[in-house]
Amino acid sequence: MKKILNTLFVTLPDTYLSLDGDNIVVKQEEAILARYPLHNLEAVCTFGYAGVSPGLMGACASRNIDLTFMTRTGRFLARVIGESRGNVVLRKEQYRISDDDKRSALVARNMIIGKIYNNKWILERATRDYPLRMDTDRMKKVTASLAGAMQQVREVEDLDILRGLEGAAAVQYNSVFDELILQQKKDFYFHGRNKRPPLDNVNALLSFAYTLLSNDMKSALEAVGLDAYVGFLHRDRPGRASLALDVMEELRGVYADRFVLTLINKKLIHGKGFYRKENGAVIMDDDTRKIVLKAWQERKQEKIIHPYLNEKMSWGLVPYSQALLLARHIRGDLDEYPPFLWK
Amino acid sequence: MQDYNEEDYLLLSGIQHFNFCRRQWALIHIEQQWEENVKTIEGDHLHRKADQPMIREKRGDKLIVRALPIHSRELGVTGICDVVEFVRDPHGVPLAGEEGTYLPFPVEYKRGKPKRNDSDHSQLVAQVMCLEEMLVCDISKGYFYYDEIKHRVEVMITAADRERGRTSLQEMRHYFERNHTPKAKAGPHCQSCSLQHICVPEILNKRSVSSFIESRIAE
Repeated sequence: MKKILNTLFVTLPDTYLSLDGDNIVVKQEEAILARYPLHNLEAVCTFGYAGVSPGLMGACASRNIDLTFMTRTGRFLARVIGESRGNVVLRKEQYRISDDDKRSALVARNMIIGKIYNNKWILERATRDYPLRMDTDRMKKVTASLAGAMQQVREVEDLDILRGLEGAAAVQYNSVFDELILQQKKDFYFHGRNKRPPLDNVNALLSFAYTLLSNDMKSALEAVGLDAYVGFLHRDRPGRASLALDVMEELRGVYADRFVLTLINKKLIHGKGFYRKENGAVIMDDDTRKIVLKAWQERKQEKIIHPYLNEKMSWGLVPYSQALLLARHIRGDLDEYPPFLWK
Repeated sequence: MQDYNEEDYLLLSGIQHFNFCRRQWALIHIEQQWEENVKTIEGDHLHRKADQPMIREKRGDKLIVRALPIHSRELGVTGICDVVEFVRDPHGVPLAGEEGTYLPFPVEYKRGKPKRNDSDHSQLVAQVMCLEEMLVCDISKGYFYYDEIKHRVEVMITAADRERGRTSLQEMRHYFERNHTPKAKAGPHCQSCSLQHICVPEILNKRSVSSFIESRIAE
C-alpha cells in the first residue's frame, strides 16, 4: 500500500498560506511563521479562513494534495479539487448502480454489515478487557442482537428494509455506548446522539471526528476516480457527499468512536476544554481542538493488518483502501464489495 | 487501409507502458490513474531537458529539433518525439525552409541504462513509423539516450519490428475501445511499477468476497 504522509492542520485563524518554490509558507501579517516542503504532505486542512494563494491551490491540485477549508468550529466549508481523476466509465457505472435500488442495496448492505460487525467487536472487546466495569449481561444481549441483525442484513435486497435494520442496530449500540466511557464520567457521558448542535462533550467530539473522517473519505473516493457525492445507501442531496457517508458507515465505530473513547479514557482531554453556549450547544476550545488533531494524525500512522487485503498498512490508509476496493467491485473485478471487518 | 479519427488517437508514450504491463497501461490510459514515484519524477526531470520546443539547433550537417509533435493516421497514434535529428543525406527528403535533403532519426530520452527487455524498443519503432508517414521517407534507425550512462545507443528498425508494432497497437486499440482493464499478471516487474498501490495485483487472486464475509459473520 502507498505511504501515508502528513496532514498539515492550520489552526491559527488569521494565517495566509502561499507557495514559495516547492514549499508551503504560513504567514501572519507578512511575518513568516512556518515553511514546509510540499512533498512531505498529503493533505492541508485549514480552520478559520484567511486565505490560500491561487498558486498554492494549483500546486496542491497538481500534486494530489488535498486542500480543505473548515470553519473554526470544525465544520466543512470547501475543498480544492484538481482535474477530476479516473475513468468516466467507472463513474457512469457508479451512477447506474445508484439509480438502481436493488443494486444499491447489494453494495450498501455490505457497508452496514461492516458497521454492525465492527460495533459488535468494539463491545465484545470492551467486555473482555473490563469485565468488572461493564454490565456484562446487558452487553451480551446487545452483541447477540447485533449478531442476529448482521445475519438479517446479509439477506436484504431492499434499501428501506436495510435502513430500518441499520437504525435498529444503531439504537442497540448507542444504548450501551456510555458503558465504554471509563474515565471522567462527570464530564463525559453519552445519553444519545445529537449533532445540530452537539449538546454534550462526547457528541461534540464525535461530530468533530466524523468530520475529519468524512474529509479523508471524500478525498480517498475522488482519488480512485469515484464521485463522492453519489451514494447507494444515502440518497443524493446537493452538497452531501453521500458515497463518502456510505463507506464511512463501517468506519464510524472502529475509526472515530474508538478514537474519541481513547481521548477520554486516556485523559488526553479534559472537561475544562469545552464550553457551553447559552442554548446548550457545546464547543471545543482551541487547545482541545489542537490536541484532538494531533492525536488524529498520530492515530493515522498506527499500523494494522487489513482484514481482506491481508496487508500491513496504517489506519490512515483504510479509507483509501476501502475506496479502492469499492472501485474494483464497481468495475467488476470483485464479486462483492468487501467491507472493513475489524476485530 | 483505415485511417483513424484524430479524437481516437492513442498516445505513443503508452506503448512502453503497454509492453511493460497491459494493466499498467489500462490504468493510466483508460482509467486515468497516476501516481508519482521516484522513477517517474526522475523521468520528468530528464524530459525537462528534451522538452524545449523553441530550441532548434544546427550543428554542421545536422538539424536538431526538440519536442516535435508527431502522429500517424494509419496507426492512429500521436505523441511527442523528445529529439529528432535531421541529417543531411542525398537519399533524404526536402524539408520546408531548408536547403538540401534530410533524413530524420528520432532520439528518445530514457532514465537509467539500457534494459534487457525491449519494452522501450517498440515506442521508438512507432516514432519511426510516424516520422516516415509524415515526411514520406524511409528511416532505418533511431536512438535511445540513456541518462545514467550519458550515452546514446543506436537501434536498427526492421520490418519485423514494424509488424510487431502494428500488432501491439491493434491490441491496445482493442482494449481501449472496450474500455477494458485487463487483469494483472503479477510478477517481479510489479516491484518497480509506479502504480502498484493503485493496481493491487494480488487482489484478483484472493478468495471471493462472499466467502470472506460469510466466514467473518459466522464467527
